Amino acid sequence: MVAPFGPHRPTRLSRRIRAVFVEAWLPIVLVALWWVLSARFPSTYSPPLQEILRLFRELWLFEHARTDLLPSVVNLVLGYTLALAAGVGLGTWLGLSPRLSRVLWPTLEFVRAIPGVAILPVFIILLGVGPTMKVTLIAVGAFWPILLNTIDGVRSVEPTLRDVAASFRIPLKHRLLHIVLPAASPQIFSGARISLSVAVILIVVSEMVGANGGIGYFVRSAERSFAIPEMWSGIIVLGLLGYVLNTLFRLLEARVLAWHHGMTTRTQRDGR
Amino acid sequence: MNTLQAILPTSAAAADVVFRVEGLMHQYGSSADARRILDGVEFEVRRGAFVCIVGPSGTGKSTLLRCLSGLQTPTGGQIIFNGARVTEPPQGLALVFQDYSRSLMPWLTVLDNVTLPLRAGSLTRRQRDEQGMAALQEVGLANAVSQYPWQLSGGMQQRVAIARALAYRPAAVLMDEPFASVDAQTRADLEDLMLSVRKHLGISVLLVTHDIDEAVYLSDQVCVLSGSPAKVAAIIDVNLGSERGQITTKATREFADLRTQVYQMIRRPAAVKS
Repeated sequence: MVAPFGPHRPTRLSRRIRAVFVEAWLPIVLVALWWVLSARFPSTYSPPLQEILRLFRELWLFEHARTDLLPSVVNLVLGYTLALAAGVGLGTWLGLSPRLSRVLWPTLEFVRAIPGVAILPVFIILLGVGPTMKVTLIAVGAFWPILLNTIDGVRSVEPTLRDVAASFRIPLKHRLLHIVLPAASPQIFSGARISLSVAVILIVVSEMVGANGGIGYFVRSAERSFAIPEMWSGIIVLGLLGYVLNTLFRLLEARVLAWHHGMTTRTQRDGR
Repeated sequence: MNTLQAILPTSAAAADVVFRVEGLMHQYGSSADARRILDGVEFEVRRGAFVCIVGPSGTGKSTLLRCLSGLQTPTGGQIIFNGARVTEPPQGLALVFQDYSRSLMPWLTVLDNVTLPLRAGSLTRRQRDEQGMAALQEVGLANAVSQYPWQLSGGMQQRVAIARALAYRPAAVLMDEPFASVDAQTRADLEDLMLSVRKHLGISVLLVTHDIDEAVYLSDQVCVLSGSPAKVAAIIDVNLGSERGQITTKATREFADLRTQVYQMIRRPAAVKS
């Protein structure tokens, strides 16, 4: 399916290796710098990286991963999935009813503008500090970008395709599955990407403010008890979590939107 | 001269007629500032016939086509397709749009594009694919089934759109300026493709175009749309035989005469008006 680029293209493998190197050298240098500087000039607040990594191994491989990281991830996945389902579902419905979405749009824009963190106190009052509150908070916070992007994506489906669907009498189910949702999918994905980072922020904040477990709680309580290396190890775990989630998301997006990337690069190359 | 009744007696058996358009009126807006587009358009398409509706840009060809396809409700008159009045997109009518790059789904492969309208029916996936393959074979695209539309040239994309219409096994194909967005050579190829497809499958084709040569070359009958609001200025029979060639047919005296005749019919009402 990939068009040939001509006879002189480098082999796939050597290109891969180069690409990895181009991306990897800076992080390696930074970590090395951190390692050397924190060993040279140790302070209470920035303990040697060696110490942090030792704790990281001790704590997170795998005892606390099970007790603190796993529940956080479960809440995150649950809340995010709910947001996705509700956002795409409602967004499609609203996107297909232009009048309704025009009426609701300003309100939605306003509600969206309220930072998720700002409604945390409300959720604590209503739902306590248990997992229900966290899942709800994530679901509500991550819902808006997905909803608004889905509405926008569905509304901007090529009118000719609507005519195609209508003239071939394609039933609603197939219209949604094979025309509307795929057409809106690039927009839905960009909403879902924003939502993913919102979800990670919200899970950490919710655990820092009111919780008795979870990775955010771990970092906060380590900080409060001046266990600074432990705190840093938790922050590294959070960084890794965000990175892994983002990478998974990118892989999924590259797969689902392969047609879109193919089409746009093609269009750019042909100058059409 | 050529009145509708003289050429197509309305007494012709209804079963032999795919499209019957009666007193079709359409206007945009209401009352005072209404813009009238169609003013009593009348014609028929016999089963198996290739009819071209020709008219200059802005004569309401698109409006007429949208009404014919059931995508738009006319403000007056009626359209009978396959014996039933058109109130919504009717069964058994396949559309080919002008802009292939907008009418195909870039996320579906060529074969999936062609078989999408068949999913609603009772066919199994295998039967659908076979029907789609047959249609793609018919338009000479058997090798492109698993490619995506955007990987193909414009002419090939329009072939995909034609294959989608054929796979639908329609009673009639309705084409809206289908070859207006491709280069001249491709256009000639696609015209010949439509002639051979039509001959091979015996379907009725109603094609809307602004190109007089194209209309005469393809048609059994040319329906000339003219004026503002538009009326049928003439219905001209084209007796060029069933074997036509881009070079041979277009070089004949009859072709030139028909072309002149159509051209005059398009010009005349406008000239009378001014």
